[in-house]
Order: sequence, then C-alpha cells, then structure tokens
Amino acid sequence: MTENITTHQVYRVYIKATPEAIWEAITTPEWSKKYGYQAPVSYDLRPGGAFQCEASEAMKEHGAPDNILDGEVVEVDPPRKLVQTWRAVWTGEGFTRLTYELEEEPGGITKLTLIHDLQGAPQTAAQIAGELEGAGGGWSQVLSDLKTLLETGKPMYS
Amino acid sequence: MTFRSRILAGVATDDRGSDDDRVFKALADPTRRFLLDLLFARDGRTLTELESELEMTRFGVMKHLRVLEEAGLVVPRRSGREKLHFLNPVPIRLIHDRWIDKYTERQIAALVDLKTELEEKGKKDD
Repeated sequence: MTENITTHQVYRVYIKATPEAIWEAITTPEWSKKYGYQAPVSYDLRPGGAFQCEASEAMKEHGAPDNILDGEVVEVDPPRKLVQTWRAVWTGEGFTRLTYELEEEPGGITKLTLIHDLQGAPQTAAQIAGELEGAGGGWSQVLSDLKTLLETGKPMYS
Repeated sequence: MTFRSRILAGVATDDRGSDDDRVFKALADPTRRFLLDLLFARDGRTLTELESELEMTRFGVMKHLRVLEEAGLVVPRRSGREKLHFLNPVPIRLIHDRWIDKYTERQIAALVDLKTELEEKGKKDD
C-alpha cells in the first residue's frame, strides 16, 4: 500500500447565490475588498494573464508590501472554473496552485470548491489553513465571509 | 448529474438550519470525530488507509464517511484511480461563527486553556 502524502487542501461551501455572482466576487476588486482579508484583487482573465492582490490599507499600516499576492491565470472557464498560480509574497515561498470550481445546484445554490495545492510551501499552507497566530482564519474564514456577504448583503465583520 | 449527486444536491437545498443539523449529527459520534482527527493529522487519505486505523468493517467506515460527506465535513476527490478524502473545515467554521459569540470567545478560550493546563499538570502529577 502506498501512502498518499498530499499537499492539497480542499475547502467547500454551499452558497445561495448564482455561479456568476460568486465568480464576480472572486475576480473583481470591488467585491474582494468587501470580505475575507478585504484586499483588492486584479485578474487578467486569460491563460497566462497576471493575477495580483494589493495590500489593504490596514495591511499597509502594518508594513505589508504593496502587493501581497501574485500569480498567473492558468485556466479560465467562467463561471465554472478558474485555475491559477498563487504566491504569498511575504513568505518567500514559491508559487502554489489554486483551483476554484463552481457548480450550480437546484434551488439557486452554488457549490464552491477550492483546491489549493501547496507543494513546497509549508508556511503558506499553515497560513491559509488559519494555523498561524494573529494571521487570520485562512480560507475557512474567507469562504464563510463570502457566503455571509452574498447571502445577507453584509460581511461578517463590519 | 448522477443519481447520487442528485440526492446530495437535494439535501443541500434544505434550509440553513438543517445544514447545521447535519454537521452536529455528524460530529455526535466518536468514530466520525476520530475519522476527522485522522484527516486533520494527514489529509487526503483513501478508504483503505482510514480503515486500517479502525477496528471496523470496510462497510462500517464507508457508512461513517458518507455521513461526514453529507454534512460537508469530508470532500472526496479523485486522484487517478484513487478516491482521496479531504477534511473540509468550512462547515465547522460556519458553526463557530453562528454559535460562538465573538464577544465571549476570548473568555471561552481562556477557560479552555485553563482546562488544558490543569489536565496537563494532572498528567505530570500522576
């Protein structure tokens, strides 16, 4: 029997919203500023296109660099699938691979699954799992906040 | 869409309350909590790997995994010929946000710390 030492983390949430609304919330700065780490993203949504995420004002006050995340779009199929590389600049680690899958379910619900392959990036892995003291709740918190925002119109922390 | 995913999708269209019900119900069993702890320690395991940690039939483990999957706590992913099981912490986070009052959280954390500390001390004293 071979043991699987996986470097993947998987997060899934059901949101009462259309895939289009969720896609927009993930890929536009107008929305990304409203939930999670409240930092504006920018996407050039085509294979090879650039991805960046600027530090929020609060992060800059704490000495964060101008861009906290960068990467490259690998695959785009709006509003169903987005694959990209993703690097947490401040960790000094390399690029990881992030996949968003959106599936429409009956009853106006969308199943959002996020698969993050963190090969060679243990510190990034701890960060996005919410395991680092004082560094936020990682993807669990971001996706919970996204759900709250889209379902109620207001973010969790306001 | 397969028949099984139809059933799961049907389950997911229930109101929010029953989502929480499924999570609480899934957590209300020691074997299922043990399975979650196993995946927390090392994520992305096959049924065979999980089964080897339990004194239980393969069928029994499958049944427990299905309850965890229906509660959204475990997400299966195909990797080649294998089906790997991943811990999904989001439903627990949602329960946390819904049920653990953010203003009392710090006090609860302090009590949990105290309990852990006293129990650790108790162990050393034994």
